[in-house]
Amino acid sequence: MMTRIMAKGYLWFLLALLYSPILIIMIFSFTEAKVLGNWTGFSFKLYSSLFSGGMHHSLINAIWNTFAIALIAASVSTALGSIAAIGIYNLRSRARGVMNFTNNIPIMNPDIITGVSLFLLFVSFGISQGFTTVVLAHIAFCTPYVVLSVTPRLKKMNPNIYEAALDLGATPFQALRKVILPEILPGMISGFILAFTLSIDDFAVTIFTIGNEGLETLSTYIYADARKGGLTPELRPLSTIIFVTVLVLLIVINKRAEKQKKE
Amino acid sequence: MRRRNWSIPYALFLLVFVVIPLLLIVWYAFTDEEGALTLSNFRKFMMHPEAMNTFIYSIGIAIITTLVCLVLGYPAAYILSQKQFKTSKTMVVLFILPMWVNILIRTLATVALFDFLKLPLGEGALIFGMVYNFLPFMIYPIYNTLQKMDQNLIEAAQDLGANPVKVFGKVILPLSMPGIVSGIVMVFMPTVSTFAIAELLTMNNIKLFGTTVQENIYNGMWNYGAALSLIMLLLIGIMSLFTNEEDSAQNESGGVI
Repeated sequence: MMTRIMAKGYLWFLLALLYSPILIIMIFSFTEAKVLGNWTGFSFKLYSSLFSGGMHHSLINAIWNTFAIALIAASVSTALGSIAAIGIYNLRSRARGVMNFTNNIPIMNPDIITGVSLFLLFVSFGISQGFTTVVLAHIAFCTPYVVLSVTPRLKKMNPNIYEAALDLGATPFQALRKVILPEILPGMISGFILAFTLSIDDFAVTIFTIGNEGLETLSTYIYADARKGGLTPELRPLSTIIFVTVLVLLIVINKRAEKQKKE
Repeated sequence: MRRRNWSIPYALFLLVFVVIPLLLIVWYAFTDEEGALTLSNFRKFMMHPEAMNTFIYSIGIAIITTLVCLVLGYPAAYILSQKQFKTSKTMVVLFILPMWVNILIRTLATVALFDFLKLPLGEGALIFGMVYNFLPFMIYPIYNTLQKMDQNLIEAAQDLGANPVKVFGKVILPLSMPGIVSGIVMVFMPTVSTFAIAELLTMNNIKLFGTTVQENIYNGMWNYGAALSLIMLLLIGIMSLFTNEEDSAQNESGGVI
């Protein structure tokens, strides 16, 4: 009994430690004070000024860019990764090993190495950096995760069902759409959500591939802001919103994963 | 229709966006600005005390961070994994959750916390920030291995007269080794390769190796920057050799978090 209370106490202590910084930001998103740590009464002003645009035009732009990049990168990654997973699954074991190994490289590599390597790729071929290069870079580090979340679904599938569909007169395309797609769809959705969050979250790869044409994502905006010394007060409500969104997304993913396990 | 051909587009994609870029790092590292083969980039690193010191200092910070994470994280992973403590699945999610918040926001939150508590920014803030950023990476793999551990082994040890210390030292600890190793790598790697984080946590007083790499690339010193990246890559490659088997086992389950 005693040990259980101590054990739980320890966990809560660690959680308090882990969450205290985020909590401080959340609390101070509900006050107007420019400097974090000053409490000047409860207010939603920062939230409304975040969405009113105008003054924080560049921040709003950065948010749009972040979401546009994440949406494109996650969609392309999901398509590319799902097709790749089916292909890799059907490869002979030697080739499959090579593909899986290469697929794991971007996952194992630290972000900075991925960033530097893609930077060198773009400059070596004289490709000017901007929106497209960021999207390509994000597809490069997101797709491996899609492959990893689709592959287990393929392994669980009974291969005879596909053959049966063909025997019963389905064209390969029909069999793919009616048999394989429904089976791997949950993996594709998890992969998409994962790719989307990874892309939104990314800082290291983005900063190396974004160029200097003035394009900003949320991460690079925060970085530039922090380097100037002050932190735009509107980033407090924004961080709060992002944190809550991520929280909801993760709960959804987790519920899905649990449901899949039960099935 | 041969479905194995479906891997071809992705194979080409991997070639262009993964393999060639990595080879480019090697190429740039061993050439000078005119494209002639040279070792001067590495010589420059050896001769340059500042870069060398930053490198060693970064490894030191990474080791301290990893140790603190291990000491704090192991008990947490153990408590989370054992049924006797009746912890819920939500607890586990709560521990992993901060991992999914933008690293810059997390770092700025740490700075805000230190400001709020009127604590000075510096080495202490740096280590706190790193531990705060990467503790979940330590807890999760250890939790994973401990959870899969066969509880009968513990009971068997107890039945055979081992005291709790012995049970831990001879049964639980050796069985959780794969998780510990993978946790160490997962904390050490991002800690040693971060950039920008240290500057924010120390008001630009402390620079880590990742920043040295980024600054050189940014200032157009691509060859030297590539050489530094290669050095980092080698360090990390050596570290990750220890975990290869571990990771392939984890991927089988295909879980997201």
